[in-house]
Amino acid sequence: MGDVILTMKGIDKSFPGVHALDHVDLEVRRGEVHALMGENGAGKSTLMKVLTGIYTKDSGTITFEGKEVEFHNTREAQDAGIVIVHQELNMLGHLTVAQNIFIGREFKKGIGIDDRKMNEEAAKLFKRLNIDIDPTETMSNLTVGKQQMCEIAKAISHEAKVIVFDEPSAALTESEIEELFKIIRDLREQQLGIIYISHRMDEIKVITDRVTVMRDGTYVGTLITKDCTKNDIINMMVGRVIYEDPKTHSMVPKGAPVVLKVEKLNAGKMVQNVSFELHKGEILGFSGLMGAGRTETARAIFGADPKESGKIYVNGKEVVINTPEDAVKNGIGYLSEDRKRYGIVVQKSVAENTTMATLAKFVKGIFIDKKKEEKVAQDYVDSLATKTPGVDQLVVNLSGGNQQKVVIAKWLTRDCDILIFDEPTRGIDVGAKNEIYKLMNKLASEGKAIIMISSEMTEILRMSDRIIIMCEGKITGEIDIAEATQENIMNLATREIG
Amino acid sequence: MTNQKTVTAAKKQSSLEKLGGQRFIVLLVIIGLAIFFSVMSPNFRKYTTLVSILDYSYYIVLMSIGVTFPLITGGVDLSIGTGLICYSLVGGYLITFHNFPVWGGMLVTVLFGIAIGILNGTLVAIMEIPPFLVTLCTCMITRGLGSIIVGGFGITWPTGTQPGAWFRNIFKITVAPRKMLPIGIVWVLILVLIMSYVLKHTKIGRYTIAIGSNKEAARLSGVNVKAYHVTAYAISGLFAGLAAIAYSAVFSTVQPGTGAGFELEAIGGAIIGGVSASGGQGTVTGSLLGVFVICLLKTGLPFIGLQANWQQIITGLVLIGAVLIDVIKKRRGIE
Repeated sequence: MGDVILTMKGIDKSFPGVHALDHVDLEVRRGEVHALMGENGAGKSTLMKVLTGIYTKDSGTITFEGKEVEFHNTREAQDAGIVIVHQELNMLGHLTVAQNIFIGREFKKGIGIDDRKMNEEAAKLFKRLNIDIDPTETMSNLTVGKQQMCEIAKAISHEAKVIVFDEPSAALTESEIEELFKIIRDLREQQLGIIYISHRMDEIKVITDRVTVMRDGTYVGTLITKDCTKNDIINMMVGRVIYEDPKTHSMVPKGAPVVLKVEKLNAGKMVQNVSFELHKGEILGFSGLMGAGRTETARAIFGADPKESGKIYVNGKEVVINTPEDAVKNGIGYLSEDRKRYGIVVQKSVAENTTMATLAKFVKGIFIDKKKEEKVAQDYVDSLATKTPGVDQLVVNLSGGNQQKVVIAKWLTRDCDILIFDEPTRGIDVGAKNEIYKLMNKLASEGKAIIMISSEMTEILRMSDRIIIMCEGKITGEIDIAEATQENIMNLATREIG
Repeated sequence: MTNQKTVTAAKKQSSLEKLGGQRFIVLLVIIGLAIFFSVMSPNFRKYTTLVSILDYSYYIVLMSIGVTFPLITGGVDLSIGTGLICYSLVGGYLITFHNFPVWGGMLVTVLFGIAIGILNGTLVAIMEIPPFLVTLCTCMITRGLGSIIVGGFGITWPTGTQPGAWFRNIFKITVAPRKMLPIGIVWVLILVLIMSYVLKHTKIGRYTIAIGSNKEAARLSGVNVKAYHVTAYAISGLFAGLAAIAYSAVFSTVQPGTGAGFELEAIGGAIIGGVSASGGQGTVTGSLLGVFVICLLKTGLPFIGLQANWQQIITGLVLIGAVLIDVIKKRRGIE
């Protein structure tokens, strides 16, 4: 490790209703891989967005190479030598690989762009990184893993001095992660400062030199990786919050009836021959990498996307589901991973959102029975322990966890017995997360059947009675919770299908 | 088995792509239509018919080249049709009533087009109003504005032996008695080549595609997205201005209150030519070919006894067909 290249001190940032960063510190040295850890919602991504000029900080200082700096946009940060490889891929699907890498700083030839030189430079870059990608290929034709490699190549091509990797391995296969680590070690050799955000404890031990832990938007501490154990880090991350006990065996009573049976479901490349059964009172975890086809499967079952073939049975009877309306009629509810887009109307009140799907029940004559609506909404606010000043509060003012509870209430008013939770705790802070877990367990014990799609291994292992693993649109395995480990799930999730 | 199938499918697609994909199909359609009308009607085979098809195509082709840019950003420009009439009225008015030299009138026409284009672009890119609404409003505004400026009368640009009538020769020159040479097509093709280069090989084009592909990603990569978004609409306005000149040269009188619907032919042509309705994809040459399909139908159908109303129905059907090809291609792409 060399001298300090980057110091962030006392960084503070608030959004309406959320104190996202509360005086956070971070120090990165040259030739160091520095892990930034914390649960979802701990503020890691926000801190990195402040660093790279996507957000402006409310207070605090950033010192880079000895000078205090403040970036107003990503361009300024890039030019100074700080680049970020984003968690969500920022690619332009219609352009080629080389055009993506050099977007915003194309080589010029006269008044035009020198595409040939861009292709050559991209090829050199890939050669240096030992990656096999054709620079002239259209971006959307690449696999998610290859697209990620392009993002990394793009970051490196900026003559970067500090590179931030925001959960780079989330969508990569084992061999791709190996490649990634090789690249990162090379960069460390070249005296770059590297910030590495990941949830995977094993990776942190393998690749990083120091680790800074954040919790609920605050700085917890910095440790030297080789001197600490996994448990040290976990304790710092989780802090006072005590989670629901992880399941060691299935809680589903023997002989519980099958409430949902899916047979040979096909819907495009992402859903191939998917068959499974869901029992009453069961939480069925769906694990897999990003792009494994889990959301697509859920959407096909729910009728949100068209099916090519396959049968669906609810309580033993075959049903036809072509639209979400059909699904709801058959008691299937779907809680989207993207709440803001599909789950709730943020500019409406808690009460209006709760009854949105069942308005017919609340109509008196031609008017909506406001009193009844508010009473039902209040009942759910109480039973789900939703934190809101009142049912007339606009949903936009609630925190992520409480918004999620409103969505759950919405489906419960429809008497849905089969609930599909797609990434139920994405973007929800630690405390609220545990409440969602409690709620899901409660629903299951009351006889609801739950499909839980989750990309978080800890969540899968903590909540599921049984786990189905998908890879590239196919089910690659099914594991009872009693036999499930991180390793055997990962193996199935990255299994290459010939 | 399945693997093999996909490989052959991919190969087939790539050989079609090499030939220009949709553009190749559209070219075949043009040839097919030309042969069909020639066989069905002896009058269609005449040289004068060719000249008149070209005459009536210039202004639509020019609009289509321009509107390709906003379309590729994922937007649209509905103001080009009524805008064209407005710019032409104003230019012609200055020449006829204020003794502007004809080149001065032409310059004003084009500058006015660019100004409205920049206005559209600013409202879309900086004020973030949906393009459909913005350009619908400027469509109405230009329609009224043209009439008000000229006082509600039709305007005739210099013609016959009047000074300045030379500008009509830009598009058609008389080489012998009753023998016209449609040289406008040469200028149009040159502009197509230039804009093709701009779209494929300059920053303006590259970022136009980037905006239509993933605006946020382009912004995060340090592209001045707003400026290039405005530029796309300015190009559309510029070409509406050029189209206004072509229109003034081909038609004797420009009537206030007309022009609504021209934009649909230009946009329809662009989409037939392979511009994706959802943005990110498209070529200038494709738009050119697409417009010729529409122009051929417009001129050809009366020759086989089908009148204007039929021509619109058939154009609409062709457009649906083109959009379906786009949608089906996308769905295949996903699979």
